[in-house]
Amino acid sequence: MSATLSYIKKNSPIHKLTGSTKFIFFLVWSLAAMITYDTRVLVGMFLLGVVFFRMSKLTWKDIRFAVLFMVWLIALNLIALFLFSPEQGVGIYGTRTEIVHLFWRYSIIAEEMFYLFNFMMKYLAVIPAALLFILTTDPSEFAASLNKIGVSYKVGYSVAIALRYIPDIQRDFREISQAQQARGIDLSKKDKMVDRLKNSAAILFPLVLSSLDRIEVISNAMELRGFGKNKKRTWIVERPFKKADYVAIGIAVCAMVISMLFIFLNGGRFYNPFV
Amino acid sequence: MNMREPIISFKDYTYHYRAQAAPTITDINLEIYKGERIIIVGPSGCGKSTLAHCLNGLNPFSYPGEIKGNLTICGVETAKSGIFELSQYVGTVLQDTDGQFIGMTVLEDIAFSMENECIPQKELIERTKAEAEKVGLLSKLGDAPHALSGGQKQRVSMAGVMVNQVPILLFDEPLANLDPAAGRDAIELIDKLQKDGEKTVIIIEHRLEDAMHMGADRIIMMENGKIISDSTPEELFLSNKLIEAGIREPLYLTALKYADVALSKDMHVERMQTLSLADTHKEQIRKWFAKRQAKEPAPEREEVLRVENIHFGYTPERENLTDISFTIRKGDMVSIVGKNGAGKSTMAKLLCGFETPNKGKLYLRGRDMAEDTIKERAAHIGYVMQNPNQMISKPMIYDEVALSLVMQKLPEEEIKERVHETLKICGLYEFRNWPINALSYGQKKRVTIASILVSKPQILILDEPTAGQDFRHYTEIMEFLKELNEKGYTVLMITHDMHLMLEYTSRSLVFSEGRKIADTTPEKLFANPQLLQQASLKETSLYQLAKDCGLPEEAYIRAFIEYDREVRS
Repeated sequence: MSATLSYIKKNSPIHKLTGSTKFIFFLVWSLAAMITYDTRVLVGMFLLGVVFFRMSKLTWKDIRFAVLFMVWLIALNLIALFLFSPEQGVGIYGTRTEIVHLFWRYSIIAEEMFYLFNFMMKYLAVIPAALLFILTTDPSEFAASLNKIGVSYKVGYSVAIALRYIPDIQRDFREISQAQQARGIDLSKKDKMVDRLKNSAAILFPLVLSSLDRIEVISNAMELRGFGKNKKRTWIVERPFKKADYVAIGIAVCAMVISMLFIFLNGGRFYNPFV
Repeated sequence: MNMREPIISFKDYTYHYRAQAAPTITDINLEIYKGERIIIVGPSGCGKSTLAHCLNGLNPFSYPGEIKGNLTICGVETAKSGIFELSQYVGTVLQDTDGQFIGMTVLEDIAFSMENECIPQKELIERTKAEAEKVGLLSKLGDAPHALSGGQKQRVSMAGVMVNQVPILLFDEPLANLDPAAGRDAIELIDKLQKDGEKTVIIIEHRLEDAMHMGADRIIMMENGKIISDSTPEELFLSNKLIEAGIREPLYLTALKYADVALSKDMHVERMQTLSLADTHKEQIRKWFAKRQAKEPAPEREEVLRVENIHFGYTPERENLTDISFTIRKGDMVSIVGKNGAGKSTMAKLLCGFETPNKGKLYLRGRDMAEDTIKERAAHIGYVMQNPNQMISKPMIYDEVALSLVMQKLPEEEIKERVHETLKICGLYEFRNWPINALSYGQKKRVTIASILVSKPQILILDEPTAGQDFRHYTEIMEFLKELNEKGYTVLMITHDMHLMLEYTSRSLVFSEGRKIADTTPEKLFANPQLLQQASLKETSLYQLAKDCGLPEEAYIRAFIEYDREVRS
């Protein structure tokens, strides 16, 4: 049922990794997928990603909405690529193997299809890592992990607090809009666009005011308890790196090395099966 | 250590906010000694919160201003210190139990200030657990704030400030957001923590009787930025100063005064638990009671609202309301009471059509409302939210009140006429051209009521109409609602305020865990300890007084309420 992505508590080896590990893994893994178009590397990374996902004990139901949404985005992206430059693959791989002509300047060309397939695989290689980072990192650990890789703890905390307030603000929004509807402010599609914009101000005004109240209270509360006193701070939820964490980061680094190695072997970012 | 060494000392202290035209507190001279428990009372705007901000360093370090005179805390001159240094001496528990929760879980929130001190993780965990144990939250360490009750949230805040071993604990209106039973528990916990830790405790609160539940060494009374009384509770209660300053005195004192009992020092009037009445006093009270006669109950009027076997859940897995039925008659003034999460607000939302029941029927004057939209219901049922800032959407008072009429596209002349008429009823006519942000909280509340009244609904539902209001504003708002009620409006109020139930409502619907467990009169409710507990209310001192004098509790409470209403009006 979850249309939004948030932490799902489970007991799995992936959940047991520290937040920092998962964040570093995600960054290195994405970089590795970004620099290459090598099919073998990308398919390997995708399959490994699926294995990791299975290890996390998350279910298809947990990610269905997000995945379908991303599939839709990728599909749009691929179609656009094809429409704008249907012969891109020909330029890259140096040969042209037309399978069937469609119409006007559009043909199904093996090279182009292969290029688009690789393009899609780049996304697919990254998606499992991103989902795992979001769904298995306890929000409590989020600020601590950012801090550990060098982000200022003040920035890390602001992000974490902002994330935590989203449900509160959603609830405020709901309550305010209900109360305003009761005063005859219609937000349904019956009204003209201009009216609807004007009416939404009737909800935003109180929403902003009550959010400002919240910010004042929380910043006072934080200051009164010494937030910002020292350059550093410690974290009660921070966990020490274990063997599994080093292994995980090692895997990401390997992916990076392999990805670079293949670029070197191919003499470029593309693997060319057509010659 | 010498007991007479003040831990806090104000000398000719004046604080003037940079944004204000005049100083907010002036010429404060006050010494507070180690281990004392001080209650600071005073009407809204008297400067008590400013005083608190001066103690914890928010003044002048977060809200800049000019200081005259000086204030030393634990030997440190505050003006030359900083908010971080002061936080080592003064631990502050803020009023807003939700808003001050910083950590994502109880564990992190308690540890927050230690984390900022860079305390190593092993010690963090040990000390956090020790502190959680003291406030009884060891089993809740992994819970998120929204999973806790108001009282539990406050205990987390207490643990979060005590973990730093501060010598002074400052509570800013600790009872304002709690139901009476949770408030009583909070005061008992403060008492225990103070005794165990030799703390100095300062409580700012206008619910004096509740704050006095475990006693206090001194009560400081403020008005217009000055201290107007500094004495033991007993001295204060024997004087007339509370009434003069417009602060509500404990109910048992009012009851004694009504019976013409002369208060004296040997009666220990500071708390109901310490009160010792001579037989002659009891006789006086019994005589007073004998003269009072129960009023005839008002005749039943026509039904305006009927709720029949309502079931509702926000999610299919859990029912938030189960089998609710009741009838509201024209001109009723009803309180809906119960713990947070008992389903009171949900019931109101169903009546307004914000949510749709899963089962059951709602009738307005005998007509099924199922097909009516939010807008259509709003013409008959007006809903006023607890926080006026959540409703106000226009900068000017006139525009705010006119909003719903403008939306109906009525002719300008008619709008003007109706808005003016409503503003007059609400006592806001003189302010009609003012910006809303120039108003006090209580006045803003009235603006929101006016903005609902203007579309002439016959039924008003108010969510916590008096939360966080001092006695004067409380009286103002409630007298206004009473007037509306007398004009024929039906008023439903969701509330925790026991005084409100007793003084202004003739009927209480008690909710507990999604069920309606009682539909009764307030005097019956307050004479039933078991029901009170389920509703998360607490006994009034009147109940105890009646018991002590051997009088029937329910009848005595009713007699008191009726007499009190006569005296007030």
